[in-house]
Amino acid sequence: MSKYTEQEQKVIYVHNLFWEALANRDVDLRFSFCSEDVTFIGTGLYEKAANKAEYRNINQKGVSQFPEHFQIEFLWTNISMFNKLACVTSEVIWKQSINGKVSAELVRSTTLLNYEADSWKIVHVHGSVPDYRLAEGEYMTTEKIMLRNRELEQQVYERTKELEKSLAELKSTQSQLIQSEKMASLGELTAGIAHEIQNPLNFVNNFSEVNVELIAELKEELESGSMEDIKAIADDIAINEEKILQHGKRADAIVKGMLQHSRTSNGEKELTDINALCDEYLRLSYHGLRAKDKSFNADFKTEFHESLPEINIIPQDIGRVLLNLITNAFYAVNEKAKEEIPSFEPEVLIQTQKLDTGIRITIHDNGNGIPDSIKEKIFQPFFTTKPPGQGTGLGLSLAYDIVKAHEGDLIMKSHAGEGTKFIILLPTSKTR
Amino acid sequence: MRILIVDDERDIRTLFEQRFRKEIKNNELDLAFAHSGEEALNYLIDKEQHAVLILSDINMPGMSGLDLLAKIKQKFSLPPPIVMMITAYGDQENYTTAMKLGADDFLTKPLDFKQLKEKIKNINHD
Repeated sequence: MSKYTEQEQKVIYVHNLFWEALANRDVDLRFSFCSEDVTFIGTGLYEKAANKAEYRNINQKGVSQFPEHFQIEFLWTNISMFNKLACVTSEVIWKQSINGKVSAELVRSTTLLNYEADSWKIVHVHGSVPDYRLAEGEYMTTEKIMLRNRELEQQVYERTKELEKSLAELKSTQSQLIQSEKMASLGELTAGIAHEIQNPLNFVNNFSEVNVELIAELKEELESGSMEDIKAIADDIAINEEKILQHGKRADAIVKGMLQHSRTSNGEKELTDINALCDEYLRLSYHGLRAKDKSFNADFKTEFHESLPEINIIPQDIGRVLLNLITNAFYAVNEKAKEEIPSFEPEVLIQTQKLDTGIRITIHDNGNGIPDSIKEKIFQPFFTTKPPGQGTGLGLSLAYDIVKAHEGDLIMKSHAGEGTKFIILLPTSKTR
Repeated sequence: MRILIVDDERDIRTLFEQRFRKEIKNNELDLAFAHSGEEALNYLIDKEQHAVLILSDINMPGMSGLDLLAKIKQKFSLPPPIVMMITAYGDQENYTTAMKLGADDFLTKPLDFKQLKEKIKNINHD
């Protein structure tokens, strides 16, 4: 037995169909239940209608904006009967799904129906959306709404400011991290730089001093007139001069390389000898590690393609990639060497190869390899296997970004226990 | 007096031969060269060879100068050869390690040959 009387059931039936038709976008069906003089008031500023045509117009616009998945669910319904008038109040949840995200809105309505020409026709509808903003007993006035709106606007403004500040801080932290990664790698190089500069300087200074002595001897020999000795001394001076020049250039190249490494990339690509770049960073990395860690012991080999074409790259950026990969390789072989496995000889090999479309640089190490469990993470920013404070975890992620920015590719191949290969592929023809 | 010079820098031979040309000419010094720690050790193990003074670079691929120093001081105790370490990176740590391993002297690059010649003279006088 229904709790409603027969008339009440008819009213509820009309009421429910009236609302469900809205969810089904069936405006015709919806307005078939309305009287010509139906009136309507909603929550929105323009949600008001004095007759069926106006109300229908509002609904027509509304349904066109409904999301694809739209449902209604009656939470409760109450009905009051007054002779030929019926008043239905109800609370409905409007559920909608946009791009898989479900949201729900609570809607309250009062629907007034009049019994005319043997059927119940809707004569007035009032819909509202509860806003939860007021404490019990309070009521909303226009002033309060405006005040509240102003407060909300202020809150939104403050939150936006906070978010903008956070964003600026994040950007600044990010650039600081990138800079500290650069400086950390430069710090690792200090010893290598010292080694690579003091060695050529040793030759420059001492061959110069020898030449001063030899020139004095030459003058003496000129007096005595022994042409054979004069010629021999002159030959020595020439050889020494050549050595001075050669080692001077070597020191110069190191300093220039370092300046390039520390300076912010200006984004200018230039034709670069990749073999020379690999050789420079290999030596810097090796001597840097060697001077820093007395227990560091490893050998390195190079297999450079003899007619490798020069390619257009940003040398300080690719240099940074090489330095990172080579230092990692040395770190890996040194870690394995600490295990004191008989017959294990720690070795890093750098190869360059010419391809049809570009060049390939391979950095092999015979360390312990990268475990499968972390293979997918190694290019992620902030991922590091080094103890806290020893690595920023940005090295490989930056390396990857740099190679990608050169329209190249950075590939890692590793087998546990057998070592790791990092392959840098760089195109030749791009001259942008 | 024979000096064994150990350095992976190839031009070190030309440099030493030039700087000590008078001493070589006068048969005061006899120079031998090795380009790695391993090569130096093999030279010393060979019973036909000897050296009174060993000048060794620290930073070399493979066996480092410090490893070589440790091995020399362990293996060749009678008579102990004089070992002077030479490095392009003369930090305190390198110095302390070299001294602990029994180095007789510690020189930095660029080498001061006047100073080196004085040190060699002192060895001859000892």
